[in-house]
Amino acid sequence: MDTLLSILTDHTFQIVALGTGILGLLSGVMGVFLTLRKQSLLGDALGHAALPGIVIAFLLIQEKNMLILLLGASLSGLLATALINWMTGRHSVIKQDSALALILSSFFGLGTALLSYSQQMPNAAQAGLETFIFGQASGMLRQDVYLIIVISLLVLVLVAVFWKEFKLITFDADFARTLPGPYSFLNRLLSLLIVVTIVLGLESVGVVLISALLVNPAIAARQWSHQMKTVIVLSGFFGLFSGIIGTLISSAGSQIPTGATIVVVATSITLFSILFAPRRGLIARRRQVKEKEKALQTRLERRE
Amino acid sequence: MSLVLEIILVAIAVSLSCSVLGVFLVLRGSTMVSDAITHTVLLGIVVSFFIVQDLRSPWLIIGASLVGVFTVWAIEALKNTGLVDQDASIGIVFPLLFSIAIILLTRYAGDVHLDIDAVFMGQLGFTIFDRVIIGGVDIGPGAFWSALIIFLLNSGFIAYFYKELKVSTFDPNYARSIGISTTFIYYALMTLVSITSVGAFEAVGSILVVGFMVGPALTAYLLTDRLIHMIGVTLLVSVFNAAAGVSLAYSLNLSYAGVIAFFTGIVAVTAFIFSPKKGALRGWVNRRRQKN
Repeated sequence: MDTLLSILTDHTFQIVALGTGILGLLSGVMGVFLTLRKQSLLGDALGHAALPGIVIAFLLIQEKNMLILLLGASLSGLLATALINWMTGRHSVIKQDSALALILSSFFGLGTALLSYSQQMPNAAQAGLETFIFGQASGMLRQDVYLIIVISLLVLVLVAVFWKEFKLITFDADFARTLPGPYSFLNRLLSLLIVVTIVLGLESVGVVLISALLVNPAIAARQWSHQMKTVIVLSGFFGLFSGIIGTLISSAGSQIPTGATIVVVATSITLFSILFAPRRGLIARRRQVKEKEKALQTRLERRE
Repeated sequence: MSLVLEIILVAIAVSLSCSVLGVFLVLRGSTMVSDAITHTVLLGIVVSFFIVQDLRSPWLIIGASLVGVFTVWAIEALKNTGLVDQDASIGIVFPLLFSIAIILLTRYAGDVHLDIDAVFMGQLGFTIFDRVIIGGVDIGPGAFWSALIIFLLNSGFIAYFYKELKVSTFDPNYARSIGISTTFIYYALMTLVSITSVGAFEAVGSILVVGFMVGPALTAYLLTDRLIHMIGVTLLVSVFNAAAGVSLAYSLNLSYAGVIAFFTGIVAVTAFIFSPKKGALRGWVNRRRQKN
């Protein structure tokens, strides 16, 4: 109990838990849109596709200014999204998965090439640029957390304001297109918010964790409810919970990486939900089937 | 042999070994499953490394293949619950297995040397320093020979099961009705994907492997209409990308694998725009004509 208390009051723990928790909350919320639009792997693809933007931004300003690098990452991510959409458009023969894989690897390839270029420069500040992609949750600083809080609030407020429109775009994009109003703008805004979420997560927790945090809470939450509002609140909560509990476990032991632990916690919630959720869960469904069989049996027997 | 020529040969061998499988990944729409595998085989490498304590042991390949097969099985199992779609189940499975690998690595590999960055990024330029010497004669870089063997293995599989692969790719229901085990074909293909990606890590790194698998095959898919032609064009494109990419990277002094991957993307997008039958330009012109 004492050790738990000493961890909870530890300054580094508080910073990291707050940062990963809020990131979990944000990606939980945005992940619901992503998974409902059947783009679960976009997080993985865009996370990798952000690398050239980061390196180019660095080459231009020659210092590691966080906001500029994140801006570069976002532009790169948006360009990748546009390319993927273009290549899998209505008239194209290319499947979604091929386009994702191609754009992911060629953007990352460009990033690697540029990185090797930046390493030839005398400027030593380029060291560690690639940690922007792989992330280091435990190395999160106070100002990182401030940035996460501010941007998350902004994104969440926008989601709340355009809630009805985003919901419509997500469930019936074709219908949304026929309506008057700035739907193509809103569609782009939703993509932009998703890209911002991914990029924000990249620097602090890395590409694998951010793609896991976009998918897991949303899929877990989906098992407990049919109401989008409930799903989104629950998903945000699952993300928050994964971030905090993951950080807690990794602080309690020695040499347990934070990011990877958060993934394990988030996935456990998903698997638990798939098994035990009422009505939709695997066990509940098996029981329903058995009850139906029993009812049928008794009815048959009664007839005889 | 000159340095750059040797690097080109290694790049071509690795590129061929990856792209020949890519043909079927692209046609089946399972390229992102292979992306998942290239992440999760790390778990197999880590666990077998702990057991045998040797980075060159063939057990690493076996461990990686087992985890690769497990990845495919887990994705399928999750999808078959009907609660999760294909993409989401990939997005759930691979971060989990990858994270377990990272946790094991950080906790227990403190003093043993397993360079994670080398697995992510690879170093094509360094592979030529590791040479195979038989009977006192230097026959070239080991990476070249291992990639060549994997390429032959993959090609042998495709040649032997050509009919089965073809039918189960284009019409899985028909394949099942004539007694072809589509499950066997799928798992065999994915086992080869696991082996190939482990073989390619050293040269190109785990992230770019998927580009080497998908790029040339996608380019060929846009340019051809028959499977056998698609395979031929895929191999040609992969040789061209590797050779041109290395030459470009060498003259500009950049990362080889990075430039090849980027170049591969450029070639595929060019094919997407200008393909005479399936290209974006062609489609645009046709639609314009219909309108007028």
